[in-house]
Amino acid sequence: MRKNSFSGILLFVFITLFSLSACGPKDSKIQAAVETAIRNNPAVTGIAASVHDGVVTLSGECKDEASKSEVESEVAKVKGVKKVVNNCTVTPPPMQSAPVTIAQDDALLKNVKDAIKSYPGVNATVNDGVVTLTGDIKRVNLQKLMMSLQSLKPKKIDNQLTIK
Amino acid sequence: MALQDKYQELLNTAKTVGIANLQVREQENVLYIDGEAPSGTAKDTLWNIYGKIDPDFRSGDVVMNINVSTMIPGAKAQVTTDKSNLNIRKGPGTDQPIVGKAAHHEIVTLVSKTNDQWWLIRTDAGEEGYAYAQYLSPQG
Repeated sequence: MRKNSFSGILLFVFITLFSLSACGPKDSKIQAAVETAIRNNPAVTGIAASVHDGVVTLSGECKDEASKSEVESEVAKVKGVKKVVNNCTVTPPPMQSAPVTIAQDDALLKNVKDAIKSYPGVNATVNDGVVTLTGDIKRVNLQKLMMSLQSLKPKKIDNQLTIK
Repeated sequence: MALQDKYQELLNTAKTVGIANLQVREQENVLYIDGEAPSGTAKDTLWNIYGKIDPDFRSGDVVMNINVSTMIPGAKAQVTTDKSNLNIRKGPGTDQPIVGKAAHHEIVTLVSKTNDQWWLIRTDAGEEGYAYAQYLSPQG
């Protein structure tokens, strides 16, 4: 038993040494050349390469599909590279903001009336999405009123209130 | 972009307090800010900064619509009226008849959301009806 496992370990050590001596230096040489190729391309940054038996695996983020394929073909040209596995991801463009929705005047007016009901002394008119406030309000209530009015999707709030 | 500079502190804070789905758009000299706050406190923080940059909300150059994401059906909410009771109505609208009242600072259950303004709520006494969302603050 003990002899068997010992020779097993010995075999493993030999195989490892053999494979290291066969591929190690070559792969590391390719790796260095690939890294230089990536560094010389100003369009990409933060791309990492790993080499195993002449197969290069690229990972990281590219700014678009064009620079992703460009870096791939650059790397493929490096001497000793058999294959390029391109695992780079393309950074998605920044999210497009949804357009601003403005409530229709009749719905807006109904909601504005609901909102100001608890604040006697406040009057409001609605014209083309613009809510105009007149009358008077206690200072402590102003922010609360604004919070509810600004959630109604108005175009704008024209605050002409007298603050008491 | 001038408005985004004016309200820079507000926009930065929106990011630090963790407003989800934050959208900031500038259109015809009005800055529209939409998003979901993780808590009522986060929403209040933003409103306090807004009120500091634009005292008494006089400029009319911001429309900020921040919902609180913990306002969900089944959650508890506290009645945060000034001091009066909160009317519970038959339907979503102040023209609807009053069917009950929730006391100042009472805890009620959120049943379903009709829109940003109205919630169907239930009191511990079993009264059910529509209440104005502005006076409901999520618990926890």
